Amino acid sequence: MKVLVTVKRVPDPNATIRVKPDGTGIVTDNLKYVVNPFDEIAIEEALRIKEKGGGAEVVLVSIGAKSAAEQLRTGLAMGADRAILVVAEHDLDPLAVARVLRKLVEQEKPDIVLMGKQAIDDDANQTGQMLAALLDWPQATFASKKESLESEAEKNGLPGIQLGNGRATVVREVDGGLETLELPLPAVITVDLRLNVPRYASLPGIMKARKKELKEIPIAELGTDTTPRLRVLRSDPPPKRQAGRIVESVQELVQVLHNEAKVI
Amino acid sequence: MGNVLVFAEHHGGKLAKAALISVQAGKLLATRSGVECHAIVLGKGIEPLANELAEYGVAKVYAAEDGAFEHYTADAHAAALAQIVKEKGFETLLAASTAVGKDLLPRVAGLFEVGMASDVLHFNDDGTMTRPMYAGNVIATVSLDSNPRVISVRTTAFDAATKDASKGSVEKISVSLPATATRTKFVEFSETKSDRPSLTDARIVVSGGRALKSGENFKTILEPLCDVLGAAMGASRAAVDAGFVPNDLQVGQTGKVVAPELYIAVGISGAIQHLAGMKDSKIIVAINKDPEAPIFQVADYGLVADLFKAVPELTEEIRKLKAS
Repeated sequence: MKVLVTVKRVPDPNATIRVKPDGTGIVTDNLKYVVNPFDEIAIEEALRIKEKGGGAEVVLVSIGAKSAAEQLRTGLAMGADRAILVVAEHDLDPLAVARVLRKLVEQEKPDIVLMGKQAIDDDANQTGQMLAALLDWPQATFASKKESLESEAEKNGLPGIQLGNGRATVVREVDGGLETLELPLPAVITVDLRLNVPRYASLPGIMKARKKELKEIPIAELGTDTTPRLRVLRSDPPPKRQAGRIVESVQELVQVLHNEAKVI
Repeated sequence: MGNVLVFAEHHGGKLAKAALISVQAGKLLATRSGVECHAIVLGKGIEPLANELAEYGVAKVYAAEDGAFEHYTADAHAAALAQIVKEKGFETLLAASTAVGKDLLPRVAGLFEVGMASDVLHFNDDGTMTRPMYAGNVIATVSLDSNPRVISVRTTAFDAATKDASKGSVEKISVSLPATATRTKFVEFSETKSDRPSLTDARIVVSGGRALKSGENFKTILEPLCDVLGAAMGASRAAVDAGFVPNDLQVGQTGKVVAPELYIAVGISGAIQHLAGMKDSKIIVAINKDPEAPIFQVADYGLVADLFKAVPELTEEIRKLKAS
């Protein structure tokens, strides 16, 4: 069993994002970068699959600037086996990323591609589904976990993604509840927030990660068209809400909500 | 120029509200481009839905019946949509970015190997669109150079379509699905059971933050207010991380994005993460004892008070109002 996990370098979700005054993007000075939180969950899930036995290999892949090696090292320190960095110094849209991943999947031949459901920078939520289509593989997006299982045994025993007999059973977070799908491998599975709580890298893990293989591939070597179809022409801050007013009492609040805003 | 095709979502034998929202967005885009807006319903026994949809101002509704569509799967639905878009020469495929839309549309784009714009907020006259990035901290103007153009729209950014005097035609069509269309098996759906409306559909949302101090206080302080208002209950990430309430109540970038008519934030400071999930609400009320809390900068009405005193009082005042 081989699991390929995608890792994107993104700004810290807790950082304040400011738009450049000329509208050409965001201010990146002093911005801290982390592993995309959803990708971190994907790494954790891959490690759990590995730890359950069967000798799975967990391979990380990132596409982007050389600095993304930092995020791959984080994943290696968590316990992944090796990493590939496709070096691209220009921005790629989700289709271009999916095309690059298709090439890597053809080379690596994984059984599962595990991905975060979206990256928290462009918030596109497209790449996993596009990759599945390009490969003609089935997909299960938004993998999640049943939280309100009755017995303790069930709580401890049932992960959101179960594998067996060349198939995956995946619990998905959808509108209004949880859906379970069964699909044949190989497949693309994207993960949602509730699937697991990622581990921290241990100190021995960090030491070991330094010695693990991290292979760089220049994007041109893959020979795939990466012309962006979706282009960001301009970035603006969101319209500011006008700060409203402070009311003095609960009675006044009820009165304004009823008579002025007419919402109750 | 080719017409716009809107994928209309339905659940439990009813058109989803998101379907009417996507129809409205599709009509706006079609009018702007001087083309027609058509819609498609995929499913089993969906002819009544197609007939109903034809009353909402679309020129034509395609009804595609097939056992493979009984339960939604990306495999079958994407293959069918790709086939119809190709056969009928549609230049735009549009749907709402619901769980289904998010799962389905990028796969269709992948089948065509074209780009896609997600969560579109607005169509500009020059053909560009706006969409949120960085949890709504950036509004990006984007261009999409693709044929077909695949677009999902954010449901909080468009109104639902209303019935139109002119009724569109309904055409039954069949699709020839590839063998792979049925490889993904639907196993089960377990509905989240709640007596309250769901967060994303509710007209009023009451959310609590870490200042509630415990899960017990969500029950004793916040729930009565939700009940008297018929509101959905939400929470900040901090309250979820503290273990007060389960994660499916989380409003924010990594949780749910809501835009109700009234959003009441109780004991929530207003971290960027949280604001990303609720700042498009029509009226925002903040109750917090810290007058410097950032939540007051987005609130229409702020009450600086101890929530443990103010919320029960508010519940009682609203109860009196409703009784009068």
